[in-house]
Amino acid sequence: MSAPAIPANIPQPPAELQRVPLVANQRGFAWISDRVSSLCEDKAPFWWWVLFVPSFLCLCMLGFMLSYQISTGVGVWGNMHPVMWGWDIINFVWWIGIGHAGTLISAILFLLRQRWRTAVNRAAEAMTIFAVMCAGIYPALHVGRVWYDWWLFPIPNSNSIWPQFRSPLMWDVFAVSTYFTVSVLFWYMGLIPDLAVLRDRAKSKLRQFMYGLGALGWTGSNRHWSNYEKAYLILAGLSTPLVLSVHSIVSLDFAVSQLPGWHTTIFPPYFVAGAIFSGFGMVLTLLIPLRSMFKLQDIITMRHIDVMCKVTLATGSIVGYAYGMEFFIAWYSGSPFERFAFINRALGPYWWGYWTMISCNVIFPQLFWIKWFRQNLVAVFIMSILVNIGMWFERFVIIVISLHRDFLPASWGYFSPSKVDICTYIGTFGLFFTCFLLFIRFLPMIAISEVKGVTPQADPHHPMGGAKVEERIPDEEE
Amino acid sequence: MNGAAKPYGMIAEFTTAASVMHAAEKVRDAGFRKWDVFTPFPVHGMDHAMGLKNSKVGWFSFLGGVTGYTTGMLMIWFMNALDYPIVVGGKPMFSPYSAFPPSYELTILFGAFGSLFGMLFLNRLPRLHHPLLKNKRFALVTHDRFFVVIECDDPNYSETETRKLLEEAGSRHIEIIEE
Repeated sequence: MSAPAIPANIPQPPAELQRVPLVANQRGFAWISDRVSSLCEDKAPFWWWVLFVPSFLCLCMLGFMLSYQISTGVGVWGNMHPVMWGWDIINFVWWIGIGHAGTLISAILFLLRQRWRTAVNRAAEAMTIFAVMCAGIYPALHVGRVWYDWWLFPIPNSNSIWPQFRSPLMWDVFAVSTYFTVSVLFWYMGLIPDLAVLRDRAKSKLRQFMYGLGALGWTGSNRHWSNYEKAYLILAGLSTPLVLSVHSIVSLDFAVSQLPGWHTTIFPPYFVAGAIFSGFGMVLTLLIPLRSMFKLQDIITMRHIDVMCKVTLATGSIVGYAYGMEFFIAWYSGSPFERFAFINRALGPYWWGYWTMISCNVIFPQLFWIKWFRQNLVAVFIMSILVNIGMWFERFVIIVISLHRDFLPASWGYFSPSKVDICTYIGTFGLFFTCFLLFIRFLPMIAISEVKGVTPQADPHHPMGGAKVEERIPDEEE
Repeated sequence: MNGAAKPYGMIAEFTTAASVMHAAEKVRDAGFRKWDVFTPFPVHGMDHAMGLKNSKVGWFSFLGGVTGYTTGMLMIWFMNALDYPIVVGGKPMFSPYSAFPPSYELTILFGAFGSLFGMLFLNRLPRLHHPLLKNKRFALVTHDRFFVVIECDDPNYSETETRKLLEEAGSRHIEIIEE
């Protein structure tokens, strides 16, 4: 064989420009399978139970709160004239925003060939699904008579009336249910080869059967991989406009109304940026402890944390720009109601909500310009919690502050949440963490086959992938 | 269950991505039809090494997407303009603009179903039984090994010649799998 002659002295890039490998310590395929599968094969660690029991109790509280609300009525919530959308819609938008990072990581970063996504995409997609489940509870319950929820769907009913499709609330039904379904499909498709890994390692009959059922008879055939990769690419291509449309449509729930503070055209891009911002906040909140507790530092490396911090910084800055632009337009519009709505945000009775939002979303994330902050796990973890808090307050500012003082001073009011509001919200954390903890216990939380695919050993043209190096002219001194 | 098990094919094990890819090139050039390469992850360039054509999954997604969009538009037109017309804000009974967002979501929804189920259909999955999955050694395919499998049904298959070809390609472990 005549190997193409490679020049004897290939100039190596300087050390600071060389790429950090995605999987640290040159871990091989076997290590990746063993490490990730062991998380669902070994006994549950003590900390898992410490987290699971309170999460499950919170989930039970959610069940109790929802039963109480359904049997009594929405009056148990703090929603009261003029603030008819309170914590229910705040928490709906907050949870669904968190759900946006998963699809961003799995779809948009896939199309952008950001190969670092493989280490975090599975957990982020799971987070998306559970966050959308938490979000879905609120619109379903806030209608008051939940037994009529099916009227939201185009199902024939005895009155022969159909849903009214000019309403953005109707678009929302389609957007959120599509988002949930497609996220589950995408997640499951990614899981198929990894369920086959667990099936082939299974020791007990039950595990073999259950994982075998989920793996659908996957053999790793290249003819299958070929179709699989194409389908994955197309799903990524379909999910990209989906993820951008879902929060845009959520924002239209507000923007289509006439209310000052809601009636703005900047909402769709601003909501999408905020959603990605909060989603990355939650991904960091979840993965920073998990990578240490599960000893995954070689897969979720400091480079991964660094890149996610940069995405948080970028989206946080976009959100900051949107806050500034909203104020500018309120002034520039010349509408006294618009101007009042925004001055009332910053200086009105809820000034503390507004300034919490500004500091958590705009000011603190700017610290991520400094490398030390992106490399310090405690700092990143605290920042990720602040991002979650800030984004919750953003929805509070948009919904409650805009509603509590509208056109007529005679109809102004002040909103306070009820105990049921607070307990329901804590309950959704129970649902989220119960699902997430079960997920990390029974399913591979790292995309095993995808991580294998980004190692140098996986590349047939790389010396570590078995490419013959001895055929090349050795790199010797002149 | 009948005593004389029929042979399914010859499986050859490889340990690196490069070696299995070179083996695939050799098997492709030898003119085999019923054969396959099994890897723990998709190997870049393997489709070319096997001589595979571009996957047809895209057609299923496209059909799904077209169905979704048409369903959305027709459904909204039928419901709000034909079956039970409702005047909203004095606007026309049907407008493609307000019907677009739900139709767009349905395009994506049906397109996604088309991709997943198209992929499963083209791969003939789910399949609960496969001769290869009975083999202990083959279970390593999801771990860190690579396999080339040539089926006995292939017209070019011959027990000695095929074995020789795979040995020359660098496989250290070759065995015959039963149906």
